[in-house]
Amino acid sequence: MSILTVSNLTKQFGGLVAVNSVDITVEKGSITAVIGPNGAGKTTFFNLITGVYQPDKGNVQLGSTSLIGKKPHEIARHGIARTFQNIRLFSNITVLENVMVGLHKQLNAGIVGTLFQTKKVREEENRAQEEAYHWLEYVGLSQHLNEDAQNLSYGAQRRLEIARALATKPKLLLLDEPAAGMNPRETRELTEFIHRMREDLDVTIVLIEHDMKLVMEISEQIFVLDHGEKIAEGKPAEIRNNVKVIEAYLGKSAVTPA
Amino acid sequence: MQKLTNKIKGNKLAQIILLVLYVLVTSLSLYLAQASVTAFLLLLFSLLLLYYTELPDRLKWVIAGVVLVGVIPFVSSTGPGYQSYMEVATVVGIYVAMALGLNIVVGLAGLLDLGFVAFFAIGAYTYGIFATGQAEKFMPFGDFPLSGESFWIFILIGCFVAALFGVLLGIPVLRVKGDYLAIVTLGFGEIIRIVFNNLDKPVNITNGAMGLASVKPPEIFGYQFVYPNQFYYIVLAILLFVILAVRRFEFSRIGRSWKAVRENEIAAQSMGIHLVRTKLLAFAIGASFSGMMGVVFAAKQTFVDPTSFTLLESITILVMVILGGMGSVPGVILGAAVITILNLQVLTEVTNYLNQLSLNGVISFPEALAPAKMQRFIFGAILIIFAIYRPQGLIPAKNPVFDEESLKEGSKKHRKEQITVEHDKGFQA
Ligand SMILES: Nc1ncnc2c1ncn2[C@@H]1O[C@H](COP(=O)(O)OP(=O)(O)OP(=O)(O)O)[C@@H](O)[C@H]1O
Ligand SMILES: [Mg+2]
Repeated sequence: MSILTVSNLTKQFGGLVAVNSVDITVEKGSITAVIGPNGAGKTTFFNLITGVYQPDKGNVQLGSTSLIGKKPHEIARHGIARTFQNIRLFSNITVLENVMVGLHKQLNAGIVGTLFQTKKVREEENRAQEEAYHWLEYVGLSQHLNEDAQNLSYGAQRRLEIARALATKPKLLLLDEPAAGMNPRETRELTEFIHRMREDLDVTIVLIEHDMKLVMEISEQIFVLDHGEKIAEGKPAEIRNNVKVIEAYLGKSAVTPA
Repeated sequence: MQKLTNKIKGNKLAQIILLVLYVLVTSLSLYLAQASVTAFLLLLFSLLLLYYTELPDRLKWVIAGVVLVGVIPFVSSTGPGYQSYMEVATVVGIYVAMALGLNIVVGLAGLLDLGFVAFFAIGAYTYGIFATGQAEKFMPFGDFPLSGESFWIFILIGCFVAALFGVLLGIPVLRVKGDYLAIVTLGFGEIIRIVFNNLDKPVNITNGAMGLASVKPPEIFGYQFVYPNQFYYIVLAILLFVILAVRRFEFSRIGRSWKAVRENEIAAQSMGIHLVRTKLLAFAIGASFSGMMGVVFAAKQTFVDPTSFTLLESITILVMVILGGMGSVPGVILGAAVITILNLQVLTEVTNYLNQLSLNGVISFPEALAPAKMQRFIFGAILIIFAIYRPQGLIPAKNPVFDEESLKEGSKKHRKEQITVEHDKGFQA
């Protein structure tokens, strides 16, 4: 069963077609990778799904609901969470609070309840702290709970972004270059971690990644973008030997024998 | 010296004794030397000392209450300076509430607002129009002015009207960001003032530049509030509410959504936060504090006209927030107090003193450097010095500290059903 269906998706920036008539179907519960050279349109593709940009053409469907025309916060409420290529944490608040923001849509405290600190609001707040702490434990950051998010190491910041995204209880999790800037050991741990997320949590994962080892190891389905167009799709073994893909990454001369 | 401070640190009893001693000494000196502004300021300073003690929060609130409700009014009450001291304290209170309101908008939600005094004006006019004969001129029914007993309801009405305007103005204004937002809010602040200045025709609603005179003083059970020492208590009560409200919002779901929007709008949205609603809420709540104090201001001055609500006022409130420490409640309270007292007391005192010297021929100032003219200059210089040496503000904002042990317990208890503990090790770097 497919959870995400993207059809004919197109986005232009001025004269540049960043995403060009892309069709992609993601199976529920799968791990899917989107790869492609720099500037291929991968991040733009994520931005179109999450409502940061509105597409010029095409459709994005989560389950049976169309996401076209919806605002980012509405799409988040439909169950899509994401991380960002250029980390976007709430830098000046604590690590725990970052995750608590992820719980926002599951909490109900309003103006009156907050003003009078009703029992319900206090309990909800306590539960939120505990739940946020739980997610920190899950990504291995619980000892940093009271630090400002900006003081974390680079790898830890990426993990915090994942914890924050998980706190929203997503059906679909989009990871934009989660391994960027990580050393080989961290990358290996990340690979394991992504596997475990899929097992523990009822979540479908789509990731953009340049680290081919990670991609080939982890993904069940791979989509390749180049200049905004989908040039290939298939299982890792199929993509590895795809002429078009090698060409896109290495140039034409790489495939035509000298 | 080092030894002494170390001893005091961690010793709560010593702190209480020293604090009480300090309050006693400054109170006594104010009591004996009524004209001494220094003694008055030193007595106020005790509240700052109190903030830095390590006493439990509850005790701090009680002590602050005793000092504010009892000690300060009492010891300043015997001399000729009584009303002027109470006036200063009242004005400080009004500005503190406004600065706390603006702090929500600028400090927590990160929206630079240069027209904030508009909401203060709206509160002031809301009461001013109905508590004078002015309302007769355009209201088809009713008997005006309303009695001073309506004042208490008008505090609420002022609060809601200002909040409503906060939302109404926010809707168009929030389409722009950053520097543009600052400019648009600045324009909005000026528009409100100019509208009040010109809304005497075609229908006379605000009485234009003439302003509204003889606003009814507040009244309850036949008891009228006319003097600063009476308003002092009204302001104190509202301020208590405002501080309580701000603290509760700050560390709530709502406060977190403000901070999230301030830190990163795109990430905040991707967490399901409704951007526009969150910003409007900050505008509305910030504005409501100003609206309430506007009502008090109108009643206290018994006169309202547009000149009280200039751009300079908006800037002054913003300076209080920045000087105190953006997003920091104690900082903003201190900032507002410092700026107000500087303006009302210290600088005028300094000017008077210098004038006295030059009159006595001790020093002579050239015309261009006359002390009265220097007042603003000194004010500006002080701000620059603070900006250089304390860019984070007098008391920088602090994040809450969570208790790891209790969270650890709770996390286990609550989430057992979802994820088993063996995964807790995972993804360690
Ligand atoms: N907001 C924007 N305005 C104009 N052009 C944009 C915008 N966002 C992206 N682009 C352009 O669209 C193209 C695709 O960018 P995108 O960020 O999606 O690439 P990417 O595949 O994520 O690349 P990378 O691997 O470097 O992250 C690039 O040429 C980029 O310059
Ligand atoms: Mg990218």
